[in-house]
Amino acid sequence: MKKKPPMSDNVQAFLDGATAAADEERYVLRLYVTGHTPLSTKAIVRIRKICEEHLKGRYDLEVMDISQNPKLAASEQIIAAPTLIKKLPLPLRRFIGDMSQTERILLGLDLQKTEKSPPPQS
Amino acid sequence: MKRKKYTAPEDVTLPKTPTGIEGLDEITGGGLPTGRPTLICGGAGCGKTLLAMEFLMRGAMLYDEPGVYMMFEESAAELAANVRSLGFKVEALVARKKIVLDHVHIERNEFEETGEYNLDGLFIRLGHAIDSIGAKRVVLDTLEALFSGLPNHSVLRAELRRLFRWLKDRGVTAIVTGERGEAGLTRYGLEEYVADCVIVLDHRVEGQISTRRLRVLKYRGTTHGMNEYPFIITANGISVMPITSLRLDHPAGVQRVSTGVPRLDEMLGGKGVFRGSSVLVSGSPGTGKSSLAAKFVETACRRGERALLFAYEESATQIMRNMRSIGIDLETWVKKGLLEIHASRPTLQGLEQHLVMMHDMVCAFRPAVVAVDPISNLTLEDTEAAVKPTLMRLIDFLKQKQVTAVFTSLTSGSGAASSPEDSQVGVSSLMDVWLLMRNNEFNGERNRTLYVLKARGMHHSNQVREFVLTAAGIDLLDVCVLDDRVLTGSARATQEAHLAAAAELRGQGHQHRQRQLASKRKAVDAKIAAMRAEVDAEEEEMNLAIKQELMQENTMRQNATSMAASRGELGNKHNLSQGKP
Repeated sequence: MKKKPPMSDNVQAFLDGATAAADEERYVLRLYVTGHTPLSTKAIVRIRKICEEHLKGRYDLEVMDISQNPKLAASEQIIAAPTLIKKLPLPLRRFIGDMSQTERILLGLDLQKTEKSPPPQS
Repeated sequence: MKRKKYTAPEDVTLPKTPTGIEGLDEITGGGLPTGRPTLICGGAGCGKTLLAMEFLMRGAMLYDEPGVYMMFEESAAELAANVRSLGFKVEALVARKKIVLDHVHIERNEFEETGEYNLDGLFIRLGHAIDSIGAKRVVLDTLEALFSGLPNHSVLRAELRRLFRWLKDRGVTAIVTGERGEAGLTRYGLEEYVADCVIVLDHRVEGQISTRRLRVLKYRGTTHGMNEYPFIITANGISVMPITSLRLDHPAGVQRVSTGVPRLDEMLGGKGVFRGSSVLVSGSPGTGKSSLAAKFVETACRRGERALLFAYEESATQIMRNMRSIGIDLETWVKKGLLEIHASRPTLQGLEQHLVMMHDMVCAFRPAVVAVDPISNLTLEDTEAAVKPTLMRLIDFLKQKQVTAVFTSLTSGSGAASSPEDSQVGVSSLMDVWLLMRNNEFNGERNRTLYVLKARGMHHSNQVREFVLTAAGIDLLDVCVLDDRVLTGSARATQEAHLAAAAELRGQGHQHRQRQLASKRKAVDAKIAAMRAEVDAEEEEMNLAIKQELMQENTMRQNATSMAASRGELGNKHNLSQGKP
């Protein structure tokens, strides 16, 4: 998101995302944590595991410590920690928590469908 | 006295941060509790955001205390635009690093909860904002947005508790706003976290007129005003009217000021009313109340004092035109800046807000004389019970400021039919001087009369006077009394003519009697003269008779002599003369 793509590109990206196979898409993820708390550590470990399992080779995960760089908190609209932001593919999505609920993350990342049919909501 | 001594140290030990908002610091006895959060709650549109913003702005401008404004609902640009209309230039202060605006954007659909979390992000964000400018003041407007944004309320509540603890540890004076809820003070029970100071704002509509009110519900560890105080949002921000009638210690001067009508001054002990006293002029329609008030105001201007006229019936130009017809020139003084006429509709706002506005105008203009024409219109929509305390506040305030005040009051009914003493708005007991004006209908015409119903602390006339408006101005005339009835107007003129005629008649009677006496005297004189003439005539006659007798005697004697001589001898003459032998 450093350079905002023009609208046509956006639309194109969306169309691509819809038609092209999910494997070809590249995921840009940011995980914001606050220092070395147990929550932070848990979240980092878990999201890495999910990415390795489901997005191997096509993800770009960056872990940011907002206690080191507090300006980010305001610019990225972070209020809860840990927060995972899916920057790409669009739409933007936020996940808060220690990433222990893998199904919800997969659902939110649009990964569930490609792997298997979604489990019944219980 | 003993109690006072106990409460005084408490006030000292609890440090307070002045808000800089007019009136609020007086109610709270110095401001909000320093280093603690204060909850401001109220319904939609009652001024929470504005109050919070003014707290920050004043802090930055007046007390050199930078502040952080964290908003959850509006964006920074929106907020800046909103408060700009009220005279606050936020951007300038932001540029000078006095204020930080931080918009926390929360969109419910964006969040996906994936396990345990906390609000460290918010803490870090706030902490960074505070550190970046060394903020002493923080506003969170409004935290409740978090409740709609974050689904897990139990986590949120735990985090909010931590947030308030954290704010206290940081030592910032914070304002937290909250929307009024149905059950509690706020929709999500924020009041349970903020235990130190709670201010409730209210926006009530009574009789189609809305009034904003403020109340300090709770202020731990200090005394504060308990009442509901009306406030208005003006071009200069919020203004709370803290006029409490708790104290009654206004100074009472002995200086007297003229009412502008010499005969009226004469009725009031010859010198007019006391400076700083309140005068009520009541009467039925068309009795000349406004004219009297205008005269009072004009006289003050003539003395070189400032005067303020609140008109609720006529526009400023209309007043000036109408008063010119009775020889009162207000326009000159308006142009000179000594007189300010403030005309507005009474239905513009509630009574309280009118009073707050008057309070502000009096503070700004600092007049020596204030006229309110009329107060009865202000009370149009309110119940009488509500009117008295609010008017009492105004009167108290004016007395504190040593402002001489004239209030006109319209009494219902035609004066003669109903007792005008009954139809007051319950303020007469607060007034020092009460002039009653009535229309007397008699003999096919109405005439104005005036009398002094009461005048505290001065000798005053008990006489009814006829109130006359002419092109030359206002005058009072003595009334005529006939058979226990007060005569005015043409009846008075007739009676006066009648009396004059009677006096003339009486005068003529006197003259007549005098003339009669004179002629009688003349007659007597004539009579005396006649009698005297008679006596004189008699005397003359008598003298004549005596003379004749003497002449006869002489003649006889001569005859005898001559006869003797003729008889012979001259010698005998001697014999005869020596006596007859």
